[in-house]
Parts: sequence; structure tokens; C-alpha cells
Amino acid sequence: MKHKFYTKLIPLIVLSALLTLFVAGCGQSGRPTIKVFNWGDYIDSSVITDFEKEFGVRVIYKTYATNEDMYVSLKSSGDVYDVVFPSDYMIRRMINEDMLQKIDLDNIPNYKNIDDRFKNLSFDPQNEYSVPYLWGTLGIVYNKTMVDDPVDSWEILWNEKYAKEIFMLDSQRDSIGITLKMLGYSMNSVDTKELEEAKEKLLEQKPLVLAYVGDEVKDMMVAEEAALAVVWSGDAVAMKWENPNLEYVIPKEGGNLWFDSAVIPKNSKQKAEAEAFINYLSRPDIALRNSDYIGYSTPNTETMKMLDPELLVDPAAYPGEEITKDLEVFEDISEHLGVYDRIWTEIKSK
Amino acid sequence: MKKSWVAYPYLVWMILFMLIPLLLIVFFGITERSGDGIIFTLENFKRFFEPIYIMVLLRSLYLALISTIVCLIIGYPLSMILAGRDYRHKRVLILLLVIPMWMNFLLRTYAWLTLLEKNGVINSIITFLGLPKADLLYNQGAVVLGMVYNFLPFMILPIYSVLIKIDKSVIEAAEDLGANSRTIFRKIIFPLSLPGVVSGITMVYMPAVTTFIISRLLGGGQFTLIGNLIEQQFLHTGDWGFGSALSIVMMLLILFSMAIMSKYEKEHEGGGLF
Amino acid sequence: MKFFKRFYIGLIFTFLYAPILILMVFSFNDSKSRGRWGGFTLKWYADLLQDREIMSALYYTILIALLSAAIATLIGTVAAIGIHGMNRFIRGAIINITYLPVLNPDIVTGISLMMLFVFVKMERGFLSLLLAHITFNIPYVIFSVMPKLKQMDKHLYEAALDLGAGPLYAYRKVILPEIMPGVVTGMILAFTLSIDDFVISYFTAGAGVSNLSIIIHSMARRGINPTINALSTLMFTAVLILLLIVNKRAGNGYDKKTKNNFEEEIAI
Repeated sequence: MKHKFYTKLIPLIVLSALLTLFVAGCGQSGRPTIKVFNWGDYIDSSVITDFEKEFGVRVIYKTYATNEDMYVSLKSSGDVYDVVFPSDYMIRRMINEDMLQKIDLDNIPNYKNIDDRFKNLSFDPQNEYSVPYLWGTLGIVYNKTMVDDPVDSWEILWNEKYAKEIFMLDSQRDSIGITLKMLGYSMNSVDTKELEEAKEKLLEQKPLVLAYVGDEVKDMMVAEEAALAVVWSGDAVAMKWENPNLEYVIPKEGGNLWFDSAVIPKNSKQKAEAEAFINYLSRPDIALRNSDYIGYSTPNTETMKMLDPELLVDPAAYPGEEITKDLEVFEDISEHLGVYDRIWTEIKSK
Repeated sequence: MKKSWVAYPYLVWMILFMLIPLLLIVFFGITERSGDGIIFTLENFKRFFEPIYIMVLLRSLYLALISTIVCLIIGYPLSMILAGRDYRHKRVLILLLVIPMWMNFLLRTYAWLTLLEKNGVINSIITFLGLPKADLLYNQGAVVLGMVYNFLPFMILPIYSVLIKIDKSVIEAAEDLGANSRTIFRKIIFPLSLPGVVSGITMVYMPAVTTFIISRLLGGGQFTLIGNLIEQQFLHTGDWGFGSALSIVMMLLILFSMAIMSKYEKEHEGGGLF
Repeated sequence: MKFFKRFYIGLIFTFLYAPILILMVFSFNDSKSRGRWGGFTLKWYADLLQDREIMSALYYTILIALLSAAIATLIGTVAAIGIHGMNRFIRGAIINITYLPVLNPDIVTGISLMMLFVFVKMERGFLSLLLAHITFNIPYVIFSVMPKLKQMDKHLYEAALDLGAGPLYAYRKVILPEIMPGVVTGMILAFTLSIDDFVISYFTAGAGVSNLSIIIHSMARRGINPTINALSTLMFTAVLILLLIVNKRAGNGYDKKTKNNFEEEIAI
């Protein structure tokens, strides 16, 4: 008896499943495929769709939250991607470990649009491996209606007045980095004593922290869930669009200046399509769409001409040389990462 | 029908995808790759016994214990009500208990953010009633709530399925002999329902100890559990050795407690789930 | 007392359904940011079909669920018949091994499979995801079929042979119908477990493929796209309707024993 009743259920399930397959399966055909690995919320997704239409290439798009996650995925989990977007110090590390292919700039005609300021940087002095994608700084975003002290120092993140009103970044190098900066050391310190001091500081701060977060900080700050947060500049710009009460500052002790660039991992077998994708991202109108959508700053001179002039003078979005010269760029300190790792685990586990 | 060879494809499958992977964990847990090849080491296990990691383990056990107790306290009465009399909507209610599991658990857990946050739904109701706002999100309470929310049906269902099987005539007999309802509960219903309680406890405690998503989403990254630690080793740090050691410890812990639980269940006539 | 019971039931079900309600309500929200109401809209439902990422994830979720349920049912049913025919000692040992993936924490199963795929240098993607899902599904099929085999009259099969049926014919005509309910339960269980799985998929999917759980997980960091809410609302409503119809039918046409069996089965 039950048999009968189930035999009715099974075709029903299979039928609805097949129907869904049919609807969802459109466009899953066997075109050439590239796998793109990018930071979360770091592209206007319609750009991918348009690229697929224009070039007849299928894009599998996955995201990561930190440089370290991306590195582990490529290095020890054996994942093969065709385009990834590491930051400066991680590019250096990947070049050192022979994980990247050289990019043929002849295939990236739009490379001419990239501002010279972003070429020949120390992590890729000959511009052989990377094409700049976006850049920015690290600072504090705060809600003007909730903070009445002047925000000009990292110290405010240790102010007990704002207990449980502070979001920290769940990213070891950034969070340890700003603490080192506040203590007057270099963000690239590998000195055991200095790092120990930073750890003590961060442990001292933990009771004041509401949460250690990633991209969700945007929603949270816009919804006024907390008063202060450590964020990357582009996120701050996007948050200010949503909630004008928010303001972004780079503290006086200095902070981090970073560059995210597109690279092609060594084991990619789709170099031509990958280069086409990178070239597409450097096209002025496409870079503009990305920049408009996510708020981050473009290194593309043609795109900058099309931007809202107000944005260009906003130091949160496009800080001038007089600001960036005091900022520090992360360096590859891979031999000491174990120490950073341990410190961060200890802070989050206490 | 002694055609036992038809099980061989399955055995081969299990050896390939179950046994070998587990052996790999053991292998990576007790070896270290250095310049001169692969050497045996217990360094990873030694590292586990550092206070910081022991604390993570204890926190996992503790939060899972609290969640299990809460599930039992709120789940048992519901099972009783549902199983109790010939409740007309019994079947629909049991169905309604299971249906949420068909919606992705990540999404359901994520929805709690909207309920719990400072300007969220619950706080809006609280302020509407003229009470001060409460800090509901990103603390241990939120993590426990997430666990209870996700695993409560696993406590209710086994208890319920044992309770409905209790022979009504036993209860009637006790009533005829003059036992009051409290005595009946204490002397008959509760002891007879114990197998269900035990499997309920197992089914809540085990996933609660090993979760890493609930603590991340609702705990704001401040309440590292052993699951988070394992995930971190494999996906963020790439330290397979330590990750494997942690997994072995957790696996032994789980299998050991399961063994105790199932021994208990056997003694008291199984709870009907598996 | 009756009021109190009703109140208690209401309270628990509010607790269980509040987040689901929130999800559904916010699938009609005309604002991208979570927690802020921007008016009623159906645009997320319209966006759904256009959203490549979500559609592809849905496609793989369903495809993997169908394939893994079918393959696991095949292997598992045959295995159950084989195990049933073994002598007690070996049977006990194999059943215990079969319990292992059921009892093992998902995260351990996930990382162990991930290590296997990386170790043999197999690029993780569709195939690894499928293999992983089949692996964790098989035991559930076996445990659904085994009880039916135990209940079956031992002599049925022999009687069929005595009457001149070939072994394969006897299996098909005698044993299979007897154990069919178990097979079907196992298959449905496998299908739903596969759709619902996150942890094992998370570790075994790699670069090549995403299912719904995986993209929901990555979205949980950057803010869930309301399109996902729309999709979940649709899927949830579909399941709800399906189950209520089945339940109603089971309630009308079948005796009480069947109903209880059904309850127990969904209780698994």
C-alpha cells in the first residue's frame, strides 16, 4: 500500500527536478570556460555576463575573503584558476614561489590606460605578471552621529566609550598591521617583541569589539549597527553612498596602501581567454561600471575622466600623493606568517 | 540468497572513499614533510595540548552541552504534548516540524541576523514596548540560539517517536491503581522515553560540537570552536598536519561518546532511529 | 491547560518559522540591504531567471542530487542485499563500517575527501562533488533497505527458485517489490540530504563548480542577494505544497499504520 503511495511521490519529485534542471540548465553548454577567483563583492556581476556574451566564453566565478585564503586554495588545495586578484605582497610571494605565468601585454592593449603611478611597483618591477585592477587604502569608517570624539588615530578603536560599537577586520595582516602602526612600528614588522606587544594590545581590545567581520561590515555599518569599523577605502565609499552619516579617515599614524592586480596562475590552461578577460576589465567603460558598482578606486586614467568629479577630490576614494606617501605597502613576509597566524588564532580563540 | 558478492562494489567504494581518506588524515596527522622526506612526528598532537587549543575544545563542548540541555528542556514538553492525547493536528504539526529543514540551513541561520541585530526585528519590538534595546547578536547566547534553532527538531522527533509507542494500557493500569499524573510521568512515561531522550541528545550534541558555521555567522568570529579551527587549518592556513590532528581528536571524541551512547541504547531497547 | 499547550506549541513554531518568514518577507523587499524595508517589489523574482550565478548553482544542486541519489540507491540496494546474505560476523563488521560515515562529523568526512582528491591530484569540481555526495548517501540507502530485507520471509526467494524462476527473475519479481518501500525511502532521503548538504560540498567542490549552499555561504559574507531569498521562497513553497498534498492523500486513503510509518520515515 505504501509502495503505491510512494511510487506517486517519486515521479513527482523527479519530474519537478528535471523541470528545474531544464530551466536552470540553459546556457550551461560546452563553450570554453575560464575560472575566475576574486575578492567577495568586487565586481559588477553584469560585467561577467556581458563578457560571456561578447566573447563566447563561460566564466566560473568564485570568491575569497583574504589573500591567505586564496593562496591556500591554489597552493595546497590544488585548485586551478585562470584569473585571480591578489594584493601586492601576495603577488610578490606568488612570483617568488613560481605560481604565476607571465602576462603578454601585447594581448592587453588596454594596459595603456593604466596610470604610470601603478606601474613598475616593487612587487612586480617589470610589469611582467600583473595588471592593476583596483587600489585603495585602509582606514576607519565611523558614524558621525554616534562618535563625538575626533577620529584621527587608531587609538579610538581602543576607547572604552565605544565598547561593543567596533567592528574589526577578520584578516590577520590588516588587523595586526594597524596595531603595529598605532604602536609606532612598521606594518611589516617581524620583530618578536613588537608582535608580542601588538598581540597584547589586540587582546586588550577584544572585549570592546562587537565582531570580527569580512564584507558583511558594509551592511552592518550602513544599518548603523556599530559606530566604528576598520575597512578598506572602496567599501567606505560605497557605504557613504548608502548612508551619508558615515565618514572615512586614514589615521595620523598612517595605514596601508594596497594594490589588487589581475594575475594568471601557472597551472592555467586558458591563457588566451584569461588575457582577454583581463583586457576587458581594463577597458575604460567596463572599469567604470565596476568602480561605480563597488566603490573602489580605479587605476585607469581613461575611466577617471568619466568619473563624477566630486569623487576624484574625495580623499577616501582618490587620495593624492601627499597622503599616500606616508602610507605603507605590505611586504611579503611569508617565513614569518606562522607567527602572525598564531597571534591571530590566539586573539580569536581567547 | 547467499549472493554476498553483490556487495563487493560497495565495499570497494567504501575502501576508496571512506577508509583511504580516513587513513590519509591519520597519515598527515602523524607525519611531517621536511627537507629529508617524510618523518614521523607527534608534534601536531602536542600542539593541540597547548592551553589555547584546549580552551577551544572546552568551549565547543560547553556550548554544545548548553544547547543540548536547552533543546531537551524545551523539546521534551513539546514531544509530550504532540504525543499525548489523540491530537487532531498531530501529523501536520510533525510535518511542520520537519519542513524547515528543507530550506537551506545557512540561509535560515543568516536570517537570524535580521532578527537579532541592534536595529533588528526583535529590538524594534522591544523598543516599541518601551523597553531598552538589548545586545542580542555576536555573543555566546546568539551562538547557543543558533544551535538550538538548527538542532531542536532532532531532539523532538526521537522523543516523540518513542512516546507514541508507549502502550496506553500501561498508563491506564497505573491510573486504575490510583497513581496521579506526576507519579505516572516519573515512574512510567519518563523511564520509557529515555531511549528517545538518549538518541535526541546524541543527535543534537554531535552536530553542535562540530559546527563551524553557526559560530561564525552569529558569534562574529569571536567564539572559535573546534570546527572553526579545523576549517581554518585546511582553508586559511594550509596546515594539513595540525588540521588532521584536530580532526582525529574530534573524531575519536565523537565515536567514543557514540559508543557509550549506543551501549546505553542497546541496554534500554533502541530508540527507533537507525 | 489546553490553552497553555496551544500557547506552547505556538511559541515553538514561532521560533522555528520566524527566520523563514523573515526570508520570505524580504524576498519582496525593494532594497538591496538586509534589514531595511524599501517597499514591495517582485523584481527579485524577475531577476531570478537572469541570474547566471544562482541558476548555475541551482542546476548543479539538482543535477548532483538526482545523480547521487540514483547511483547511491543502486549501489546501496545491491549492497544491502549482499550484506544481508553474509554470515553474522562479517555482516556485523560491515554494518559497523557503514555506520562510520553516518556518525563521523561532516567536517571530517569533507576534509578527508578533499585530502583524497588533492592527494591523487584530481582537480576538484563536478566529479569530486558527485563522488562525495554518493559516498555520504550510500549508507542511508543501506540502512533504509536493510530493515525491509529483515522483515521479508526468508523462504520467498527459495520458493520462487523452486517454482522455476531464474535468480535474476526471482530478485526482480519477488525481492524487489518486497523491499521497494525501503529503496524509495532511501532514495528520497539521499536526494534531500544531497540538496541540503553544505559542509561536505564546501570542502569537495573546489574551483570548478558551486551548488546553492556554497554560493549562499559566500554571499553570507558580503550580504545575501535577495534573489536567493526569492529562490528559497519558491523552493520552500513547492516542498510545502508537495508534502501537504502527499500528507493529505496519505491521510485520506490509507490506514492508520501507514500514517505512522510515514511519520517515522520523515522523522529520520
